[in-house]
Amino acid sequence: MALRDETGPYFGAYGGRWVPESLVAALDELTTVWEHAKTDPAFLDELDELHRSYTGRPSIITEVPRFAEHAGGARIILKREDLNHTGSHKINNVLGQALLTKRIGKRRVIAETGAGQHGVATATAAALFGLECTIYMGEVDTERQALNVARMRLLGAEVVAVTSGSRTLKDAINDAMRDWVTNVEHTNYIFGTVAGPHPFPAMVRDLQKIIGEEAREQVLSLTGRLPDAIAACVGGGSNAMGIFHAFLDDEDVRLLGFEAAGDGIETLRHAATIGKGRPGVLHGARSYLLQDEDGQTVESHSISAGLDYPGVGPEHAWLADLGRAEYRPVTDTAAMEALRLLSRTEGIIPAIESSHALAGALELGRELGPEAIILVNLSGRGDKDMTTAARWFDLIDEGAEQS
Amino acid sequence: MSEPSAIVPEGARGAVARLIDERRAQGSGILVGYLPIGFPDLATSIDAAVALAENGVDVIELGPPYSDPVMDGPVIQAATQQALANGFKLRHTFEAVRGITERCDAPVLVMSYWNPVQQYGVERYAAALEDAGAAGMITPDLIPDEAGDWFEASDRHGLERVFLAAPSSSEARLATVAERSRGFVYAVSTMGITGARADVDAAARGLVGRLRDAGAERACVGIGVSTAEQVREILGYADGAIVGSALVKALADGGVDALGRLAAELAAGKA
Repeated sequence: MALRDETGPYFGAYGGRWVPESLVAALDELTTVWEHAKTDPAFLDELDELHRSYTGRPSIITEVPRFAEHAGGARIILKREDLNHTGSHKINNVLGQALLTKRIGKRRVIAETGAGQHGVATATAAALFGLECTIYMGEVDTERQALNVARMRLLGAEVVAVTSGSRTLKDAINDAMRDWVTNVEHTNYIFGTVAGPHPFPAMVRDLQKIIGEEAREQVLSLTGRLPDAIAACVGGGSNAMGIFHAFLDDEDVRLLGFEAAGDGIETLRHAATIGKGRPGVLHGARSYLLQDEDGQTVESHSISAGLDYPGVGPEHAWLADLGRAEYRPVTDTAAMEALRLLSRTEGIIPAIESSHALAGALELGRELGPEAIILVNLSGRGDKDMTTAARWFDLIDEGAEQS
Repeated sequence: MSEPSAIVPEGARGAVARLIDERRAQGSGILVGYLPIGFPDLATSIDAAVALAENGVDVIELGPPYSDPVMDGPVIQAATQQALANGFKLRHTFEAVRGITERCDAPVLVMSYWNPVQQYGVERYAAALEDAGAAGMITPDLIPDEAGDWFEASDRHGLERVFLAAPSSSEARLATVAERSRGFVYAVSTMGITGARADVDAAARGLVGRLRDAGAERACVGIGVSTAEQVREILGYADGAIVGSALVKALADGGVDALGRLAAELAAGKA
């Protein structure tokens, strides 16, 4: 069977549904509605129209030769998901799930968010479709992504700062699941990544695979051939699955996922789930997981809120075990250097998440040499990260700060 | 997925099933009390469980703290987070079960989220539970669809296995849960997480009725139960009432003595 045909609930030994019984009926309903919608021309036409006239798809590709000079001269091509409405790939998934919410007939949506990009996208779709919206965000993340909190509130969403556990994305998911268990009768959970219980890993992947489908055609028409390698950052893994999927059965195309190594994978402060974790169950799916010897989830660390997650989608775990995709660590420092380099050489400020993929591409280019073509998923833009970047690079003069 | 489990022969009822059957013959039911292990510390949590048994609680539900307890509300989250911060280790689970069963006759059911069990090894965990004298395990985030390993291990070690049923569960799922559970089915009274509620939902009565129609021999109701009156009402249609957050709050606020008093008060609901 082609790798692209895998639809879950299991991806090899991974995936499934490790959830309270209270959620099974809602997951069954979502599965049924999605199975029907994904081949229903009326649904697909409506989604296509939103992609075209709301999000701004297809997103372009941009070749970045001045950046590529630092990558051993390999050709580097960016897939510009940063140019989507709301500033990242997250909108692709959210519009699809918001349409499904309407089909199911529920009036309220909830979502978790780390960097705030999925929360902003969900709040946006809720505004567009007239749905009530509550976003769960770890208290730590509401502090480092304050601008996105303001955006969500401006869009009419309620933002709940989660104070339990590590007060980051994993705890936001816990609280969103508790809300869903309680309010499932009228509430749909718009899950942001390719993790969670079935049908989320397959459904979110299906809603994001448009990234790779577009990019495959675009790179072919620009260069006359397929790329040698694809680079994407991996937290939960939705932008990576989105760009990998169209290439899964192109054996000559290498797929590389770059995980957040934080202070370094030799330290305890990282989020390299596939690199350093082992299989376990979290948030409804079996996959790789950062955990201690007792199976307690270990807190992850990354400068990038969107990658600061101790789990990863089950399809990535499967692809890693198969050897079809490779997963490498990128430190905070390397990611921030890549962020500055792309800004200075190309005039594009990437999200810190996506900067992990850029740092990976720099390393990859030096390995592959000047004949290589590397496609990088620029999954989001860096506007939200200016406070972090300003602090990191010491960009704001003391005297220039507003009091 | 899962293979059919061995048919449990007549007479192989576990301790909790036997207790329920005895009470039913007397026209009553059981009171199940939940406490987290290691809260406020390991020794006190064992004393607290014994105090439950001495004050009329029939079955102890013992929860090993877990980092991501998605079925638990704020009271139990706070207690288990504190227990983890104080150094709870998985092996304390078996020490606690042994410590309790050595001091009282109440059967002990461990209530564990699944990842710690899987990491320890399902077979090894079941063997350790049997060795420590546990009656079985309640699994809040393990559904029968994913429980193949647990069917085998629990049968092999003579452990009762309690799955949850929800008001939203389809008839087909209720039938599966009823068939796969040993001891009793945990009927979730309301759509939600643990924590005291003023009214235990009418949904609980309906769910227990549907569970019986689906073939469940024994059903106990939990989530939101906090008063003797609620216990009395539940035992009017179910085989047991399960109290958690209210007990944890009493222990947190007033120590083992206050816990014992609340247990005795709740147990009055069985009369």
